[in-house]
Order: sequence, then C-alpha cells, then structure tokens
Amino acid sequence: MKSFHKSPWLIHYDASSCNGCDIEVLACTMPRYDVERFGIINTGNPMHADIFCVTGGVNTQNAPIVKQIYDQIPEPKVVLAVGTCACTGGIFKECYNILGGVDQVIPVDVYVPGCAARPESIIDGVVKALALYQEKHDKMVQEGRGLPEDPSLDEDNDVDENASNDDNSSDENASDEENAS
Amino acid sequence: MSEIIKPKRTIIPFGPQHPVLPEPIHIDLVMEDETVVDAIPSVGFIHRGLEKLVEKKDYNEMVYVAERICGICSFMHGMGYCEAVEHIMDVEIPDRAKYLRTIWCEFSRLHSHLLWLGLLADGFGFEALFNECWRIREKVLDMVELTTGGRLISSVNKVGGLIKDVTPEMLKAMKETVIQVEKELKPVANTFLNDYSVKSRLCGSGILTKEEAIALGACGPMMRASGIEVDLRKTGYAAYDNIDFDIITSNDCDGYARCAVRIGELFQSVEIVRQAIDKIPDSEEVSVKLKGNPKGEFLMRLEQPRGEAFYYVEANGTKFIDRFRVRTPTFANLAPLIHTLKGAPFADVPLLVLTIDPCISCTER
Repeated sequence: MKSFHKSPWLIHYDASSCNGCDIEVLACTMPRYDVERFGIINTGNPMHADIFCVTGGVNTQNAPIVKQIYDQIPEPKVVLAVGTCACTGGIFKECYNILGGVDQVIPVDVYVPGCAARPESIIDGVVKALALYQEKHDKMVQEGRGLPEDPSLDEDNDVDENASNDDNSSDENASDEENAS
Repeated sequence: MSEIIKPKRTIIPFGPQHPVLPEPIHIDLVMEDETVVDAIPSVGFIHRGLEKLVEKKDYNEMVYVAERICGICSFMHGMGYCEAVEHIMDVEIPDRAKYLRTIWCEFSRLHSHLLWLGLLADGFGFEALFNECWRIREKVLDMVELTTGGRLISSVNKVGGLIKDVTPEMLKAMKETVIQVEKELKPVANTFLNDYSVKSRLCGSGILTKEEAIALGACGPMMRASGIEVDLRKTGYAAYDNIDFDIITSNDCDGYARCAVRIGELFQSVEIVRQAIDKIPDSEEVSVKLKGNPKGEFLMRLEQPRGEAFYYVEANGTKFIDRFRVRTPTFANLAPLIHTLKGAPFADVPLLVLTIDPCISCTER
C-alpha cells in the first residue's frame, strides 16, 4: 500500500500531561501548520490509526489505557512520545504518581522533546515516524504478514479491473450460498 | 393489555479516550433509551501529585512547577503562586510588573477562550469555525512568544516580580495585535451568536438556573451565564484596580449564554489590554530583591479563564514551603456539569461537557 507512508492517521492520547503538548498537537492541524492538507488526520478511533502520539509522563491510572489503545492500533504502528514529560517524566519525574516516560509502558519509536513541544518539532517527529513506519511495513511484508505493495496504486500501471471484478463476484457468490444454506 | 414497561437502564462509558476532549475524563452515563438519567464521573487520569513537589523544590523553583499545573492557563498559575508567596514575604512588586502581569493574564484569557470556542465549534461539527478560531489564536500566541519567549509555558514570573521587561516596540506590537484580533473576532462572534445552526445546538441545552448555580457552587463564566455577577478581577489583584471594566453576565442560563459570556469576555480582554498598555508606567526595574525566606500562610484568589482559582501557601521560614494547595475552577464546575447532564439527550453529552470548559489537568494536578 503506497498510501500508507503518505497520509498516516494519528491518534492522540493525553497520558497525564499538563495540556500544553496536547494543545500543540491539535495546533498542528490548524490553518498555520495544516497537516491535514497532506492527508494526516487526527482520528479518535485507535483502529483507524497508524501513529500513536502520547503526551505526558503516564501515571498509574493511565498506564492500562495507554496499553489498551496501543494494542488496538493495527500493525504496523509507530509510537511518538511528545514532550519532555513523555520522553523522561520531565519536571514531574519526582512525583509519586508518575511512572517516568511513555517507554516505561509501551515501546516508543520517536521522542519529541520540548516543554511544550512546538508544532514544528511535532511535525518533524511525525515525518521521522513515517520513515520508520515504512520500514516496519516492509519488514512485515518480508515476513509474509502484511499486504504487499498494490501495483494498481502505481501511476505507471493500469488498474487491473477484471481481477477486482472477479474477486467481487466470487465474494457475492459465496454470500449467496451462505444465504441459501 | 396496557402494561407500562419501565425502560431498561444501560450504562455507556464516556472517555477516558474520546474524540471530543483532548484530555481524559471518564463518565459513566446511565441511560434510559436516549436520555441520560445519571452520570458518574471518575477522575485521576492526570493526577501527578505536583503539590507534593514542594518538599523537593525550593520556593523559587516551585514557580516553574506551578506553571505546569496546566498548559493553557499556565501564566496565571505561576502568577497566583508568586502573588501568594509575595504576600507572605510582604513584598510590593513594581507597578510596571503589575501592569505587565495584567496584560499577559488577558492574553492568556484571549487564547484560552479562543481555544474553547474552537473546541465548541468542533463539538457540534462546525469545522470551518473551529479553524477560524484557532487561526486568530495563533496571532495571540505569537505575541506571547515575542514578549515572553514561550508559546504556552511562558516562565516569566518569579517571586518578587518578572524575569524580563518588554520594550516599547513590543508594547506597540501588542496593542496592534489586540486591535487586529478584535477586528477579526467580530465576524466569528457574529457567527457564534446569530447563526441558525449554532443556535439550534446551543439554545436551551444544559440549563443551570441561578439558584442551582449558587447551590452547586459553579464559578467563572458558568456562573456569570446564570446571571450572577462574580468576577474576582474586581478584587483588584495585579493592576486590575486601576482598570475600568464591567462584569459580563447573561440571564439565559443555557449553553448559548455561556458562549455569549465568553465572547463578551474576549472583547473585554482586548479593552483591558488596551487600557493597561496606555496606563503602564515607565520604570527601570520589574522585580525587587528578596530578603530571607517566607514564613506564614496566605490564600490567593484570582480569576482564571475558567473561573475562580485558589492558591494556598503555608511557609515555615525555610527554603522549602510546607504546603501548596490549589483549587481550580473545573473542579467546582464538575457538580453543575453532572446536574446539567441529567435529563439531556445522549447526543448533547459531548457538547454539555464542553460548555463548562473542562480543564482536567488543572483539576487533578
């Protein structure tokens, strides 16, 4: 799938941050930075997401939810730790309730430091995450787990309409048979 | 056979991860068909326990922790803590610092209310309005960055005044920005207040009468939208005692009233910044030298964008203060929220949660 590494969908979750980074993640989709023009959408559903943006140092109550969202995101996935708190725990590292960084709970691929992380650095982090995303996807294909590159998405190749029609018709037949039985 | 079947109750969880809110709050909604009959909130997803950091950071370093209670109203949190310690140490900060604090407070209010208006528009699906609000907000943030050095966490406050002064050019640029913002706000305000689709979503939703607002202890714009004239800026902290402004209230008591009050406050903030920049005195210093350590206690109250915030500081004469306690406006507004949720249709729940302008990081600290 070529479209993967061009228009990833983000899911953002606030794992006990001070709100500063969350607002900056949202500010990336605003007219000034406008990442939506590249097809990067801030989605609310983990099952639709490719990149997981986590802010904040993760407290004990939040840890299971971070894990749960991470598990719900389909493979391949990239985790972005946004803000100093998400990287190390930051100023709250000594607080009794803070685990100290997202990497204590789930594996993190890209660290975006800053307090609060600026929209420019968040976008830079997402671009770095895209390269990792492609890498993970290629690895999955090699292992025979992922979808191989779809030749129909290449501009040079013509779309093989017959093949897709055949697929559809066979699906319909299968469902008809099920209904009949 | 006319047997009345009592509708079955179902519990629908709302949050902690929800597309409408950038922050986690969990509410169990007890439903009968499409109507909410009860709402049980559970909090603690952002509790960091930063009040206990006073044992590890001395009273000067604690300013930076206080600023990080919340990234939206960060300037006011830092200022509330500083003013409390300054009262304990009996320090009078220079007038110029007072005026600058007032100006930055109003800038925070501008960007917080614009953020809220955008989120509200997003809540009822008006994406263009959402983007327009946040586009104007960027201008305000630019000015905060130019004058303080930070977009959200500004870190210009210190106990005894400010870390840096602003130049006359900066003041001029600030004034030009607020005038520009006011000009661009007018069509946005018109859409919010007069557009048919906005009105159909907001009018009559989440009624909180004057008596209920008092009984449940609402604060800030939520209270003013129920017709109660309370604004702590009238107590005259910072330089507010030298500034002429009226308290904005509304008697509609619904979501539309809360929106109207906040829009009124946006224009009021613009006016306050203009007055403060006109009146700001010239002086060399923006901070005073401190002597010794604080000893005593003080309860500082100030008006945040979301309402009334308390900062209680108890110091024992050493570098480390004994107790730092914050009560934030969203905490006070949770009880009215639960009240307005009861009897509301399910589709209105995200909107009602938004109308209190929830700031969960403030609430849980």
